[in-house]
Formats: sequence, C-alpha cells, structure tokens
Amino acid sequence: MAQLISRLRVWRGAVLLLAGLYFLIPMAASVWFSIDDVNGTIAFDAYTGLISAPGFTDSLVLTLELAVVTVVVLLLLLVPAMIAVRLGSPKLRPLLEVVCTLPLVVPPVALTAGLIGVLRWGPDYLMDTPFFQTFVFVQQPEFPLVLVIAYVLMALPLAYRALDSGLRAVDVRTLVEAARNCGASWPRAVVQVILPNLRGALLNASFLTLALVLGEFTTASILGYQPFAVWIYSVGNSQGQMSVAVSVLSLLITWVLLLLLAAAGRERRHKTATAS
Amino acid sequence: MSTATLAPAGRTTTSATVEFRSLRRQFGTTTALDGLDLTVEPGELLALLGPSGCGKTTALRILAGFETHDSGEVLVDGEDITRIPAHKRDAGMVFQSYSLFPHLTAADNVAFGLRMRGVAKAERRKRAHELLELVGLPQRAEHYPHQMSGGQQQRIALARALALQPRVLLLDEPLSALDAKVRLSLREEIRRLQQELGITTLFVTHDQEEALSMADRVAVLRAGQLEQCATPSELYSRPATAFVAEFVGTMSRIPCSRTADGQVEVLGHRHPVDGDLPADGDLHVLVRPENVELTPAADGPAQVVAASFLGAVTRLTVRLADGTEIKSDVPTETATTLPLGTHATLTLPPRPVLVDRATP
Repeated sequence: MAQLISRLRVWRGAVLLLAGLYFLIPMAASVWFSIDDVNGTIAFDAYTGLISAPGFTDSLVLTLELAVVTVVVLLLLLVPAMIAVRLGSPKLRPLLEVVCTLPLVVPPVALTAGLIGVLRWGPDYLMDTPFFQTFVFVQQPEFPLVLVIAYVLMALPLAYRALDSGLRAVDVRTLVEAARNCGASWPRAVVQVILPNLRGALLNASFLTLALVLGEFTTASILGYQPFAVWIYSVGNSQGQMSVAVSVLSLLITWVLLLLLAAAGRERRHKTATAS
Repeated sequence: MSTATLAPAGRTTTSATVEFRSLRRQFGTTTALDGLDLTVEPGELLALLGPSGCGKTTALRILAGFETHDSGEVLVDGEDITRIPAHKRDAGMVFQSYSLFPHLTAADNVAFGLRMRGVAKAERRKRAHELLELVGLPQRAEHYPHQMSGGQQQRIALARALALQPRVLLLDEPLSALDAKVRLSLREEIRRLQQELGITTLFVTHDQEEALSMADRVAVLRAGQLEQCATPSELYSRPATAFVAEFVGTMSRIPCSRTADGQVEVLGHRHPVDGDLPADGDLHVLVRPENVELTPAADGPAQVVAASFLGAVTRLTVRLADGTEIKSDVPTETATTLPLGTHATLTLPPRPVLVDRATP
C-alpha cells in the first residue's frame, strides 16, 4: 500500500512538472527573446521603448476605457435582471440562462459580420435623423461604443455564470424580505444587502470581462479599431521583440489583476476570521 | 385599541390589534385563504397552527406586506394596511430560514433597521447592544452570522425584529430549523420576551406542541379556513371539530352506533354526544389516550399489541376483534401489568363524547 502511495506521488510530481514546463518554457522563452540583445547581452530596450512607441499609450488607454465601460454596462444590465428574475419570475430563469449563454455559440467573426451588416444599413433619407446619427456616434474612432456592444455580448456568458454561482449561494428572496421588513425600500435592500453579498461574484464577473476585453482581437481588428491586442499584432509585424515584450507585459497586468482579486477575497475572509 | 408597554431601551411602544376580515388568496387553482376571519388582541401571542398548505404562512406574509390578497381586509388598530408597502409597515418579522445579513456583524444586523430610519450611529450601537443583552448575546456583537449557531442566529434575528419597536411581531416557524434542545430553550425565551414587551405576536407553526406551550390562543387553520380559535386547554379538551381533535394531540377512532334517544353506544356503554350527531352514515367516537382506561382481564375484548415509553406514562396500543386500534396512556408502573399480548377491558369516562363520520 505504502509503495502504491509513493508511486502515485512520483506520478503526480511528474505530471505537475510537465504541466509547469508546458507553461513556463514558452513564457521563459518569450522573456528571453524580449531581452536578448543582438550582441548576446541582456537589454531592456524593448520594455523601455514601449512608452515612447507610437500607439502604445493610446491603444492601452482605449482598451482600459473599453474594459471599464464594458464591465459597468454589463453589470448594470445583468445584475438587476438576474435579481429581478429570482425575486419576481423564477420561471424565467431558464430563458435568461439560454439568452445569456447564446453568445457562446456565435463566433466573434459571425457576430462582427452581423454588426457590420446592421451598421452599414441605413437609407439616405434617414441621414439627418437621430437614428442615423446614433449609428455614426457609436462608431466614432475616439471611443467606439460599438466595441462595447460587441464585448458586452461576448462577455455575457462568462459574467452570467459568475453571477449565477454567487446568487445561488445567497437566499435572495429571504434577505430582501428581511431588509424590507427592517424598513429598506427595494433599491436599498438590493444595494445594501444583496450586492455586498455578491462581492466575490461581481469581482469574478468583472475580472473575466476585463480579461476578455484585454485580449479581444477579432472584432476590433475587423471593425478597424486599434485597441491593445490589435496594436500588439501590428507592432509584431515590424518590431518582433517589442511585440513579445508587450505580450509579456499584458500577461503580467492580467496576473496582477488576478492577484488583486484574490487579495480582496482573502482580506474579507481574514476580516471575518479575526472577528471570531 | 392599544396598550402601552415599556420597550427595552426605556421607550414606550404600543401593541396593536390585528384583524383579518374575510381574507381570500388564490394561487392558480389552489386556494390558500378562503375567507379567513381572525382577530388578534393587543399584547396577545396567537399561534397559527395547521398542516402544510393550510394558509397560515400566507396570512402572515400578507400581514407583513410580502403577499397580496384577492379580497378581504387586513386591519391593524382598525386601519386597513393593504396599501402600505412592506418597508413602511410597523411589523418585525423572524423568518424560518436564518435571514441574518451575512456581510454584517450581529450588532450591525440588529442596528440595520435603525440605520434605514436614519438613527445616529452612536444611538444605533447603544440600542443594538441593549437588544443583544435582551436576547442574552452581548458577547456575540462583533461576530458574523456564519460564526454563530442556528439558535444564536435566530436570537439575533429576534433582536433585529424588535429593534424598531414594532407594533406587531411576526414569527414564521422560527424554530423549525433548530435541534430539539435549542428549540425548547428558544421557545421559552421568545415567550418571556413577548410577555415582557407585551407585543402583539403572530406565531406560525405546524408543531402543535410548540403552539400549545407558547400561545395565549391557538388558531387552527384547514384549507384556508379557520377551524377553531381558542386557548390551548380549550382546544385540547373541547375541540370544535374532528379535524381539530385529531390535529391537536392524539386521538383514537372507535366505531359506535346511534341509539334511539340521540346518544351513541360504544364499547357496550351509552354516552351523550358532545356537539352535533351526524344524521347518517357510520359513526366513530374520538377519544384521547388519557381518557381510555385499561384493566387486565383474560376475557377482555382488547389485546395489547404495542407499547411506547413516554416517561411518566407508557402509551399502549390495543387491538379489538374487528381490527380497530386504540391508544391508551397508563402510568408507567401500571404498564408492567399489561405486557404485550395481554387481554384487557376498555372503559371511557362517563361524559359526552365527540362523534364524527367514519372515515373511509
């Protein structure tokens, strides 16, 4: 028996090592490639040159802005809808689930093609109407709201899953009724009782959406905008070392966000543990 | 009609009269309340008792403002509260499931209602600690719900419900999720607090023991209608209907026959009838175990087939020749003279008996 356990341990270690190498080797190679100088020395020019690289700051800022607006729009749409369905019409839950999961089966290319079809539509006689102006407004290059629309759709399944698991852990109806019994109006009951108990789920949904927006390439590229992922691609065509440096950097940004999320969760657990 | 009592923080609160008038509520094809008429007096603890689906929780939720009714009226101190939203009704509620806000400490949970009313922080803290002392948990003030037992959570929920000094306290099966020992102690605690504060209280339960031991009066509901509302002793000793008789306490059914003078004959003896005698059909007499006397007799018509130890008494089940089973409570020391298989005679006390149609 002891021999079997020790053999299992060896196998487990081997599998972990292989998995670790599978992830670490490409990353290490990327880092090495980004700092390897032609003279055989180490140089950080690819990183230091990033700030001054044309388009770097603009694309990064645009991506972060898009990410923030996407997260806000998505949560403002999804959270009230999910809470309302749980409280008012639990029978509509499967329908909401199907609607929110539907974007999973629509490839980004198809979604973008559909968006292009809609945006290009518009007879000339509508040109001076607010309807047409809205189409123009959502496509302005400074801040393409059309990308937010696309990202919200793409992130819907991810955010729905994260929020749904959070809501399952909370007895929404009883908590709202208890809050109302204590004198809270509907909005106050939701904001002061339900949302604080969905903190983890909200953070998860936000993070997943953020990660999606940071890495999204297809839609932005086809629609002709240049957020971070598209910029990395375009830089890669002319400055290979810098494009890898940016990839490493974006990976680090994602990790930092993940660590912040984990730290926020741990801080709450620590707070409750120390109270006991 | 209101009576003034002293609330924990030295403030005066009032307990109200609650009236349900011809209250009806239908869920699809199911009738939850079918013309409920009931009045709860100021400072009274009234238990709503009945089987699942009898409408007791619906009535409570309508009073709290979480459900609407199709017709009828709900009056608090004579005022129709139908149009008042739940958060403006002056009623504190304790729920069946632990309903404490998980992200708040016990003290913050208790103070939540005061925060909603805009009470200053210092005053909130003071009041919360007074209430926590009232429910015996001042040391748990900074604990979160998940760090407390079920009984402690329900006591905190009770303190939270009392924080706003409501005119009516609503208890929706608050003990059903607790283990037996905690249930017993919390039952006493709730009753003590209710009497101390003199607050009008509606207590929903399906546990007859709970209802009988805590309430001033018990209202038994069946299929959305009130069967009987009476004091626990009256309900037990003088049930108005066969349903109440069998739902509250244990009852045995013994076949009987009519006599020409409007009485019934059971086990070879004549008894006057308590209430109405059904005009036709087969009849049963309903008797409680403590009213059936057993005497060992070799030629007796009944045979002991089961025994269940209940402490001071032992509940024996005897079977008649026709298969009828009757329960009888005998003192435990006497039960030793009636082991399983013993034949015995049965005697009922010479007083009016409750008669019902034989169930198929």
